[in-house]
Amino acid sequence: MKPVLEIENLRVGFPDGTAAVRGVSLRVGRGETHCLVGESGCGKSVTALAAMNLLPRGATRSADVMRFHDEDLTRLSERQTSRLRGARMAMIFQEPMTSLNPAYTIGSQMTEVFQRHRHATRAQGMDRAAELLERVGITAPGMRLAQYPHQLSGGLRQRTMIAMALMCDPELLIADEPTTALDVTVQAQILRLLQTLQRELGLAVLLITHDLGIVARMAQRVSVMYAGQVVESGSAADLFGAPTHPYTRGLLACIPIPGKTPRDQPLGSIPGSVPKTGAEFAGCAFRDRCTYATADCAGTIPHRTVATDHRTLCTMVPA
Amino acid sequence: MRGIGAAPYAGSMLTFLFRRLVLAALVCLTVLVVAFALTRLSGDLAVSMAGPNGTAEDVAIIRKNYGLDRPLPVQFLDWAVNAASGDLGRSYLYRAPVSGLIAERLPITFCLGLTGLTIALLTAIPLGIVSAMKEGTLLDRGIGLIALIGQAMPSFWLGLVLVIWFGLKLQWLPISGTETWDGYIMPGIVLAFSAIPALLRLTRAGMIEALASDYIRTARANGLSVASIVLKHALRNAAMPVVSVAAVQLGFMLGGSIVIETVFALHGVGYLAWESINKNDFPVVQAVVLLLAMIYIGLTLAADMMNAVLDPRLRAG
Repeated sequence: MKPVLEIENLRVGFPDGTAAVRGVSLRVGRGETHCLVGESGCGKSVTALAAMNLLPRGATRSADVMRFHDEDLTRLSERQTSRLRGARMAMIFQEPMTSLNPAYTIGSQMTEVFQRHRHATRAQGMDRAAELLERVGITAPGMRLAQYPHQLSGGLRQRTMIAMALMCDPELLIADEPTTALDVTVQAQILRLLQTLQRELGLAVLLITHDLGIVARMAQRVSVMYAGQVVESGSAADLFGAPTHPYTRGLLACIPIPGKTPRDQPLGSIPGSVPKTGAEFAGCAFRDRCTYATADCAGTIPHRTVATDHRTLCTMVPA
Repeated sequence: MRGIGAAPYAGSMLTFLFRRLVLAALVCLTVLVVAFALTRLSGDLAVSMAGPNGTAEDVAIIRKNYGLDRPLPVQFLDWAVNAASGDLGRSYLYRAPVSGLIAERLPITFCLGLTGLTIALLTAIPLGIVSAMKEGTLLDRGIGLIALIGQAMPSFWLGLVLVIWFGLKLQWLPISGTETWDGYIMPGIVLAFSAIPALLRLTRAGMIEALASDYIRTARANGLSVASIVLKHALRNAAMPVVSVAAVQLGFMLGGSIVIETVFALHGVGYLAWESINKNDFPVVQAVVLLLAMIYIGLTLAADMMNAVLDPRLRAG
């Protein structure tokens, strides 16, 4: 089946010379949740922003392929991409507290998106907004529509953001750490909501997170990012069952599993820190922190296929 | 639930208005006291009214006639009550009611101030927006330079330069007077010039902050048009400090336009104040101070109201 979003060899550079994304490839299919995992600064958000053409000014992006359905995102102008954003591809963010405009009511902000893309009337927009607020589990939508963001809790705001993203029935939803700023109980509710919506609407979801617990719960496919590259990708079962890259293994060792992790032993951790990667950086970016590193790791490392749809960027796996 | 939801904050807007009005009334009272005290502190009024050749008897008569022999609180109450009913006393210099003198000049000052503010806002806001959108570029710096020059230029000098060029050499505009509307253009420009730099910088700073905010990222992620993102979503949030400062600037233009009114021979309130201070015409001075203070209070109140309309969070707090 053709993927909804397909990215090959995406590169993003910032004016200060950092290469934030260095050759990322990923695909998200219809009805599939693809999790992009990694620690802060590994380039996962930048990858998503590049796909949405929302990179900060001065950033440069290039890709061999960046396609949304049949639209070649690399060739579209900003004006053309803005016609897709909010209509066919939507995005929600980590900061529900600040992601809504404090000066306008929820209803007005949701309606504007609908009016912009569907050329609908304000009343139609309000009806649609009320319908979606109800859908994301907000009671008394009529009242909420007339309220301002500061009158809503964080969880309600994130639900509102999700509802707003769904106003025009998008095919792709990019969720950038959507639950990080929320209470644990609210997190669980929002994740359940995303799962339900995805199933019912057949959404392609690109979920960005640093939380492997969320990945285990949500993902069909996983891409692990490190220093601007996808170091390992595959189905959730493959990655959790048979991780090959030392970084993926290190990440997995960091989470306690009740009943399995011995009580008296310290949890795993990865010593060292992420290197600065400029455009010239070659070899495996993880080699300085890796206990298995050899001389080969400083050279160019092509992707290796472990199994069908399971790829890794490590010399230990035979080519 | 829609019924309740229709205007959840209408009540608090009224509370907000009421609180601000009470505060404004208190400030008014303070201003009354200060305005009264100032004229009484500047020396014995009866003596200065009698003039250098006045005898002790003259002074005594003047003191009795003008009620200056009464206790100060009585004088104050008398004046305040009269002032509240619109009677601001009589000018010693013009031998006419002060309220009439002011009413005659106020329209000129208002026209001038509003012209100045309009020109200032129409220049500063678009330039500030462009500057913010092009932050760090040559264009942004060029606009910043214009603001700097505007701030550094003394208004009497700019006024004279304009008079020489557009009034005398090119003869496009009248050099003085307010017989026709175009008499306000040059003084308006001069007034605007002093207000533009602050308004421009505030607009720029506010827009830079707003454009970098998360809700603008949301607006862009939702594919809204550039016009809506900039003019609807960002500008509304950037506008609040601009509104507050514009109100103060307008107050300043209405009260502090003495220099400009002199350069362009406009007989407005500023000119009247200047004249009365020189001639020790204290009822006029008192009245002008009072009037300008009221205008300031009114403008600040208006700015608070506008900001409460712009930002719903203010209404709650």
